[in-house]
Amino acid sequence: MSNATSTTETVHRVSFLDKDSLSIPILKILQADGTTFEKAVLPVIDQPLAEKIYDTCVFTRVLDERMLGAQRQGRISFYMTCTGEEASIVGSVAALDNEDVILAQYREHAAIRYRGFSTEQFMNQMFSNEKDLGKGRQMPIHYGSQALHYQTISSPLATQIPQATGVGYSLKMQGKRNVAICYFGEGAASEGDFHAGLNMAAVLKSPTIFFCRNNGYAISTPTSEQFAGNGIASRGIGYGMHTIRVDGNDMLAVLAATQQARAYALEHNAPVLIEAMTYRLGAHSSSDDPSGYRSKEEEAKWQQHDPVKRFKLWMMNKGWLSESDDQGLYEKYRQEVLAAVKVAEKLPVTHVDEIINDVYDTPTPRLKQQLATLKQHIKKYPDSYPHSAGRV
Amino acid sequence: MAKINMLQAINDALTIAMEADDKTVLFGEDVGHFGGVFRATSGLQEKFGRDRCFNTPLTEQGIAGFANGLASNGMTAIAEIQFADYIFPAIDQIVNESAKFRYRSGNEFNVGGIIYRTPYGGGIAGGHYHSQSPEAYFTQTAGLKVVVPRNAYQAKGLLLASIRDKNPVVFFEPKRLYRASVGEVPEGDYEIELGKAEVVKEGTDITLLAWGAQMEIIENAAQMAAKKGISCEIIDLRTLAPWDVDTVATSVKKTGRLLINHEAPLTGGFAGEIAATIQEECFLYLESPISRVCGLDTPYPLVHEKEYMPDALKTFEAIKASMKY
Ligand SMILES: Cc1ncc(C[n+]2csc(CCOP(=O)(O)OP(=O)(O)O)c2C)c(N)n1
Repeated sequence: MSNATSTTETVHRVSFLDKDSLSIPILKILQADGTTFEKAVLPVIDQPLAEKIYDTCVFTRVLDERMLGAQRQGRISFYMTCTGEEASIVGSVAALDNEDVILAQYREHAAIRYRGFSTEQFMNQMFSNEKDLGKGRQMPIHYGSQALHYQTISSPLATQIPQATGVGYSLKMQGKRNVAICYFGEGAASEGDFHAGLNMAAVLKSPTIFFCRNNGYAISTPTSEQFAGNGIASRGIGYGMHTIRVDGNDMLAVLAATQQARAYALEHNAPVLIEAMTYRLGAHSSSDDPSGYRSKEEEAKWQQHDPVKRFKLWMMNKGWLSESDDQGLYEKYRQEVLAAVKVAEKLPVTHVDEIINDVYDTPTPRLKQQLATLKQHIKKYPDSYPHSAGRV
Repeated sequence: MAKINMLQAINDALTIAMEADDKTVLFGEDVGHFGGVFRATSGLQEKFGRDRCFNTPLTEQGIAGFANGLASNGMTAIAEIQFADYIFPAIDQIVNESAKFRYRSGNEFNVGGIIYRTPYGGGIAGGHYHSQSPEAYFTQTAGLKVVVPRNAYQAKGLLLASIRDKNPVVFFEPKRLYRASVGEVPEGDYEIELGKAEVVKEGTDITLLAWGAQMEIIENAAQMAAKKGISCEIIDLRTLAPWDVDTVATSVKKTGRLLINHEAPLTGGFAGEIAATIQEECFLYLESPISRVCGLDTPYPLVHEKEYMPDALKTFEAIKASMKY
């Protein structure tokens, strides 16, 4: 059969389907007070894993708070937080193998942290100093690390989605027992690349997890002006993809869904779509003021669904965490981040020679000539090029 | 006349155009109630309603394709692409469709009512993806007009002319001047003719040519040169496609020298096209090779933005080299 499946029911009078014909349930495991729903099936989790997850959440909270502060003081030029979305990001990355390849959008720094990106490495990138793995070429928050299997962030939205399909396919071809995971927002899911990427993944059987953080807004645009269908999950089903919708503020639900998504992707060599329903508690970025497009009441309502607090209560119920452990953790990271800022901001920026490297595998003669001319010029006017003067 | 900045001037032009013609609609990412990430469209949704000023889903390809559809059926579509760096997902709809609608249909259909507005350019510590100047990709496409204003007055007059032009226009707005450039702007309706360069300052020794935000740079360089006794003629191209060969050639025939400055990389940049044409038109008048002061042939960097940029000092050095040649 080419088009419909053999199970297609026939009707003999016109009958249309609407978005409500598709009922997509939402997975919830943790309740607001930190207890689990009665019939909930828990993910695979033990105390060390829970501690690592929580540690990552606390670090990320502290980083977001401190770096937003640093941005306001003019010490870095730009920042973006993932506040409110920690469960979506950490819960999913914690279900993966360390060699599963991550292609993120930009708000998923908790995932690279979980893999082991050091506080110092974060700072080097944000301060664009000479130790930045990205060599000072991109704005703050565009992290990436080959060693941690986390591809460097690119700002144009959704470009990573079809790329993830390719990465997943390559993992399959190489016989690796690994998957690719691709993070994106519900806004990015409107881009053409989203549709191209999902369709290819489903048809070509790429073991890739498409993880949508449906956080309610794309800058100022609410979901009601972004899509009219049944969220992003309905599209996964439309492309013939294994799909699940989860409470994105529920660490255990995200963990459980992603663990099973990974197992399914590997076993069937097939993609999976996860739609995590969450909320962007902070501003879009340090250049944005959300009071222009949403109410304080709405934000306050979502504060009550704080995913980190909910998971903390669960840990405490289990006897895996105490108030004083918690305070100690925050304190430790506050000091660590502050100390790292001080070191990183004093390091010089990348050497000017790097301006022509990595355009190609080796600089072309014309690029070398442009660099030589530039250095002559800087020598003549050192005061006008403070980043490079004295080093040419 | 009031003193306003470029964003206000753009807002003013959009208001006038939408008031004058109720078949004009404005759309793009975040342009609705929020008024756009730079606030160029503030208040327009309140004035004209959600049917005429609205947020689109986040898809540049969709925005451009939608604009083609609207304009092919008699509407005027003002589409905002949030940053010029993000115009590339829409490139097929713009260069294959908007540009060729009229030609490929024997003028059965055309999309002359389209204008794509987009903030371009660097100097704002925006790095890689908030700084590019992609105008040359569009100047090679027959059927598109490409316009770049340099100040608030021009932004309003050129925008109004672009909206009413019977061809699709890509309108690049120099974002580093959005708030920085403040000037006298008439309150009423006026247009600045497309395809005409402006001689901003007369001079005798060398012609300096630029557009958009780089105009400020060549003006600064000209002041440095003046202290060395060099008299620069300064021209703002304003429209890159179609560009005003006559005004530039007339100037070069007078001064005997030409320097072109743009932010986009040197190789394949629009300066190359200008240099080749002026070399044909003015070969016997030239006292020195035509000089190009442009971005490096690299992607746009973050920390080395100053090093990358064709700034006033680099331009000043090139002026002196041209004079000494
Ligand atoms: C192709 C492209 N168009 C526009 C932008 C500008 N932009 C940056 S983030 C953003 C909103 C993204 O929203 P969403 O995907 O929902 O992610 P969220 O920020 O909510 O996490 C926009 C429009 C961009 N980076 N790339």
